[in-house]
Amino acid sequence: MAAPEMRDPIESGCPDGFQYMHPVMRRNFGLWAYHEDPRPGVLVHVSKTGEKVWTVRAGTQRILDVFTLRKLMDIGDTYGEGYVHFTIRSNIEFQMADGAKVEPLVKALEDAGFPVGGTRNSVTSLSHTQGWLHCDIPGTDASGVVKAMMDELLPEFKSWNMPNRVHITTSCCQINCGGQGDIAINVQHVKPPKINHALVGNVCERPTVVARCPVAAIRPAMVDGKPSLEVDEKKCICCGACYPPCPPMQINDHQYTQLAVWIGGNHSNARGKPTFQRLVAAGIPNNPPRWPEATAIVKKILECYKAGAKDWERINEWVERIGWPRFFEVTGLPFTKYHIDNWRGARANLNSSTHIRF
Amino acid sequence: MATNNYPTPMLDVLEEGPWPSFISGFKKLRDEHPDERIRNTINGLMGQLEHSYETKMGYWKGGTISVFGYGGGIIPRFSEVGHMFPESKEFHTLRVQPPAGNYYTTDMLRQLADSWEKWGSGLQTFHGQTGNIMFIGANSVNFQHFFDEINEYGWDLGGAGPCVRTGMSCVGAARCEMSNCNEHAIHRRLMNNFTDDVHRPALPYKFKFKVSGCPNDCQNAIERADFAVIGTWRDDMKVNQEAVKEMIMKKAKEIGKEGDRSAGRQYMFDNVISRCPTQAIKLNDDDTITVDNSNCVRCMHCLNVMPKALQVGDDKGVTVLIGGKRTLKIGDLMGIVTIPFMKLDTEEDYERIVELAASIIDFWAENGLEHERCGEMIERIGLVNFLEGIGIDPDPNMIKQPRNVSYVRTDGWDEAAEAWFNRKREEKMAAAA
Repeated sequence: MAAPEMRDPIESGCPDGFQYMHPVMRRNFGLWAYHEDPRPGVLVHVSKTGEKVWTVRAGTQRILDVFTLRKLMDIGDTYGEGYVHFTIRSNIEFQMADGAKVEPLVKALEDAGFPVGGTRNSVTSLSHTQGWLHCDIPGTDASGVVKAMMDELLPEFKSWNMPNRVHITTSCCQINCGGQGDIAINVQHVKPPKINHALVGNVCERPTVVARCPVAAIRPAMVDGKPSLEVDEKKCICCGACYPPCPPMQINDHQYTQLAVWIGGNHSNARGKPTFQRLVAAGIPNNPPRWPEATAIVKKILECYKAGAKDWERINEWVERIGWPRFFEVTGLPFTKYHIDNWRGARANLNSSTHIRF
Repeated sequence: MATNNYPTPMLDVLEEGPWPSFISGFKKLRDEHPDERIRNTINGLMGQLEHSYETKMGYWKGGTISVFGYGGGIIPRFSEVGHMFPESKEFHTLRVQPPAGNYYTTDMLRQLADSWEKWGSGLQTFHGQTGNIMFIGANSVNFQHFFDEINEYGWDLGGAGPCVRTGMSCVGAARCEMSNCNEHAIHRRLMNNFTDDVHRPALPYKFKFKVSGCPNDCQNAIERADFAVIGTWRDDMKVNQEAVKEMIMKKAKEIGKEGDRSAGRQYMFDNVISRCPTQAIKLNDDDTITVDNSNCVRCMHCLNVMPKALQVGDDKGVTVLIGGKRTLKIGDLMGIVTIPFMKLDTEEDYERIVELAASIIDFWAENGLEHERCGEMIERIGLVNFLEGIGIDPDPNMIKQPRNVSYVRTDGWDEAAEAWFNRKREEKMAAAA
């Protein structure tokens, strides 16, 4: 039988976004003078030419079915001007040259269930990962966590009550593709992988798996007469890095997979230099469908930040100013040996001064 | 409502509450979509997701799948519980590169939805964490048809696996007064020079380009990209003194003290002057400001507070930082300043940044270990070896502070110092020319 005719791909790469921008944006590319924020979720940018472009930002469920996508497009055509942009946190933005369209568009979005907000000093939508819906290594879900959390944080999405912007992220394994956030809710495994020795030899490229371990805890071994791998459980940090290249080394566990909360990841250079997030709470139950324990901790941190931080202070800057002991005091979170860094370069995270607040 | 739907008591709970519910969207597809294939697929998907919620475990495994002619761009997913939920036992994701800057017309998105509905599950995401449009849920036959269809009208796959990954760029010069470069042109020039490396994974591990038009770094490039391009400027920031005065009175009004100049000035002291990381701004008695531009580090804070009064300078360019990544394997790394400043105006400038990227990828492909990110290689071999490998001279902007351990061999000191003085002389001559 002849092989089927296959079509060669057209390697067009990244499309040119310029042709899809609102004409006002094309005309004023690089000519913007300043912007104003008329209300949460609405921006107006003013060009040096005097032209203006209005933006309305709304939250979405991120994973869109075609009905929802078309509904958003219908709203964009009826009330906007047919041009959209997505932020990296999956908020949708509609751009318009006619400011009179803003209020009707806001109303149409709200009526259809898409909250308008997420700009300036609000809690914007969570950036999140794939979770149980599509990932091959998830310790928890992502869409569900985000939905449950945003249900509770909606008032903060729609208002400007925070000292500065708040980026929250989630990640369903310790690889953390959700990235850095002012608050990050990530999976934390607490038990070494359970190895199905019967499968390892046939499924895993063993040297690769050995090399993948960040703490050199994996070594080749013969188990029940079959080539396999064994883990030095004392050394193991339960990161799960061995699981993607070797699924028989199951790290996820319905009983022992927990969540942890990290704070202070900030990728802006504004005021201070960019910072990585730091562990503040762990041992949080992985509790679908609404993960109330994780949400409660996030809300508590937000409440303390809102009460204690100065205008423009991001969460990391607030904690830097008041000090970590005070952070644990005001939030009521326990400080444990697990907060003390022991990774390479840990000394940089220890206090070698008498700068102590009493 | 069909009677053969898998029960989803836990997922049903996620329909409650005000935030848009992905479960309600799924149900609409499952119950109302005209195509039986989609209705069944989503029913299976929801059955499996409910099963995950009940057992607290994930049930997808990877595999090897690609469109004809490529080696990546698809995330294959085969269900481990396919015998329980056969309708969605193959549920692959296609990663599709968005237009630079994530700009769309409603028509384009409708066109994509029409194609996706024909071949896939009807679920898509704008965008994944790497920056792709994710078309989630095609079986092992249909993904090729869907790709063929959208590829004909201008879309291409992004990267998956050990390859150059899909790039990201901020809203940029199209709608932001902070922009210092043509983010989208940079994004496309870099990405589309490495199309082969996107589609045919052959590198030690992933390599990401991200472009932010100013140091606010909205794209999180420094912390998440192997090659971060950040717009900046070299000359003085622009000050509109009248707008500064207006701002002072406006702030007084906002805090309920209309007409109280000293309250407005206090706001300025508290929120601008004292927040400058290098103490480079002074508020004068007549409500104007004086900026010590030679000590300004372009942190963006004062521009963020006073977008009307302060603006970026005219002599714009970019800073390039190399080696940002998240934890796996050695811990989190931020990009390191490799090019403190370069202009990006002319065709030659663009060629220079593409060449820089090519030399970095080549050096890393040659010297990186398997599964080692570029930043991890730099950590292992030291920044100097990396700089020598790509032919970049050392610059004090690359460091926070010089070394502090005295164990170092300095037997090439004289030549290194001479090279420094020669470079300085050349820079001076070039500036005078």
